[in-house]
Amino acid sequence: MNELPQQLVNGLLLGSMYGLVAIGYTMVYGIIQLINFAHGEIFMVGGFGALTVYLYVLPDGTSMWVALPLMLLAGILVSVLVAVGAERFAYRPLRGAPRLAPLITAIGLSLALQQAVWAWYPGGEDSLNFPQIEGGPFEIGSVTIQTGDIFLFVVAPLSMAVLAWFVMRTRTGRGMQATAQDPDTAKLMGINTDRIIVIAFALGAVFAAVGAVAYGLKYGQVQFRMGFILGLKAFTAAVLGGIGNVYGAMLGGLVLGVAEALSTAYIADIPGMAQFGSQSWANVWAFVLLILVLLFRPQGLLGERVADRA
Amino acid sequence: MRQRSLIAITAALAAGALTLTACGSRDDDGGSDKGNGGTTVVIGVDAPLTGDLSALGLGIKNSADLATKIANKEKFVEGVTFKIDARDDQAQPSSGQANATTFVANKDVLGVVGPLNSSVAESMQKVFDDAKLVQVSPANTNPALTQGTDWQKSKKRPYKAYFRTATTDAVQGPFAAQYLYNESKKRKVFVIDDKKTYGAGLAATFTEEFKKLGGKVVGTDHIDPDTKDFSAVATKVKNSGADVVYYGGEYPQAGPLSKQIKAAGAKIPLVGGDGIYSADFIKLAGPSGSGDLATSVGAPVEELPSAKEFIANYKDAGYKEAYEAYGGYSYDSTWAIIEAVKKVVEDNDGKLPDDAREKVTEAMQNVSFDGVTGKVSFDEFGDATNKQLTVYAVEKGEWKAVKSGTYTG
Repeated sequence: MNELPQQLVNGLLLGSMYGLVAIGYTMVYGIIQLINFAHGEIFMVGGFGALTVYLYVLPDGTSMWVALPLMLLAGILVSVLVAVGAERFAYRPLRGAPRLAPLITAIGLSLALQQAVWAWYPGGEDSLNFPQIEGGPFEIGSVTIQTGDIFLFVVAPLSMAVLAWFVMRTRTGRGMQATAQDPDTAKLMGINTDRIIVIAFALGAVFAAVGAVAYGLKYGQVQFRMGFILGLKAFTAAVLGGIGNVYGAMLGGLVLGVAEALSTAYIADIPGMAQFGSQSWANVWAFVLLILVLLFRPQGLLGERVADRA
Repeated sequence: MRQRSLIAITAALAAGALTLTACGSRDDDGGSDKGNGGTTVVIGVDAPLTGDLSALGLGIKNSADLATKIANKEKFVEGVTFKIDARDDQAQPSSGQANATTFVANKDVLGVVGPLNSSVAESMQKVFDDAKLVQVSPANTNPALTQGTDWQKSKKRPYKAYFRTATTDAVQGPFAAQYLYNESKKRKVFVIDDKKTYGAGLAATFTEEFKKLGGKVVGTDHIDPDTKDFSAVATKVKNSGADVVYYGGEYPQAGPLSKQIKAAGAKIPLVGGDGIYSADFIKLAGPSGSGDLATSVGAPVEELPSAKEFIANYKDAGYKEAYEAYGGYSYDSTWAIIEAVKKVVEDNDGKLPDDAREKVTEAMQNVSFDGVTGKVSFDEFGDATNKQLTVYAVEKGEWKAVKSGTYTG
């Protein structure tokens, strides 16, 4: 039986999720050169925000078709609030500080957010079940797609299109591009760079929350630690695609996801490589790929500029 | 000032020491004054009597107490009265070691029952072994305690004074293999583990036995316990044509793994060891986890014909707490010490010898009797020869015992 189509789909799904989270890393980095390590937790609180609406706001047994948009809205709201709050109270006071200060702050914030959910969300110390969309899996040829995955398949490209339109066509989007290119000159041209930075954080949080809802639907649970590893992978995806470039984030995510799925599926079949092929080696192969790409294209797959200010 | 406080501390210590000696001698006197004119032998009990695991710990304590009461009533050892000294280890290795030291210091203690946790046992073993004081655990399952840390490759018994009536983790894999091959008629297995000591060991012992029986391993994989996405592995399982998945690892990964394997279209059960025998597994695996299996050491006492008398006696004794999972094994552990003491006393013309502890430890090796959980005796490592295990299945959102059995190698 040919499992290649199925493994590609597995990889694309995983990669879409990486990509959605990677957008937040790449936008914030592109504008203020901050690696926002708390972004994984912004993703996580989005999942909890969506779950809260389902558990405590909506009446029991609400159809998922009604609940899902509301959950999505709530998740986005919570993520954006946390991200904007983090920017205002944790990062903005450090705007002029040496590069390492905000980085360490981000790591601290990441731990604080995890522990806050662990301590104060009811039942937060354990995995919490996330509601599922009814309906069996769909078979397309030899490929099986779960109902929960359809959300990801629809939403990830859609988000990407909206983002592209926003960055390229709107006034604010062009302001973001200008700030990324040269914050001082952008300011001279009358762009409110503080506002642009807040918008970058908020936009990243929106996509993270969408990713978190997709995560909940796909794996059926949310947990206070879920953002940590996924955040690291998303950051890797952002670097792979070329950090600072929003298309690069999505492409990097997809490449990373597919690489993980295919290495799990096929490396073991190469003669003499059996012990390097299991799923526990998937991360190793993903990073081998990252190193290879960076060797030949240090700016990442779609990175335009050499990181002159990094 | 400094001098004064030093004097005060010395005085306090001296007073304390005197009080303790006084206590000790009073106990000794009490022992020799006992009605039947014999001596008192104390059996120490170490278990978590407070905290999360106290239900299990109190069951151990009560069952040990019951064994001594019955021995005294039957005058099982002529001239010897048994009593227990139960101490709380709060499931902490440090508390366990402190208790062990206390037991060693009391010359009347000739054997100790406990502890519940393997980690606590590790901290106690050396203390007891140095004092040649025998320890019988009703609940420790870590193979390293009796067979050395390198037990998968070369077995070597680290401590001669340590015995247990509990079955070890090491026979879970083979037991599951026999159940799947003989009872469930599974022939093609996909083996997955998490590369940790427990999981990889379990998967290896399972694979060996399953192959020996004639089954086929159609695929293997190792997962990364830090991730949640096992879809690529699930696809491999589906395409391998396996009729069962064996997972060596713990429930936080086993639950999502089971769910994703079923979602990928492979409607086959996932089987694991006691690491997945948890209510959380059922929660994580979701509704599709129905029919998944787990093995765990020991057997529910209610299902053993040999345990009827114990259950009745326990009820009559009127203990507040239930005997719980390890009650039967605790009773047998205590009784093994009583048997060993009996042997030593009989060999020494009805009196306890001066080196009673050493003699009891030696006698323990050859103890053999019909206990609550079946025949009780120990192999060359101090492990129970009676290796009972139980297969549990997920049914309607709960673990149900499917089959208890004895692993015979």
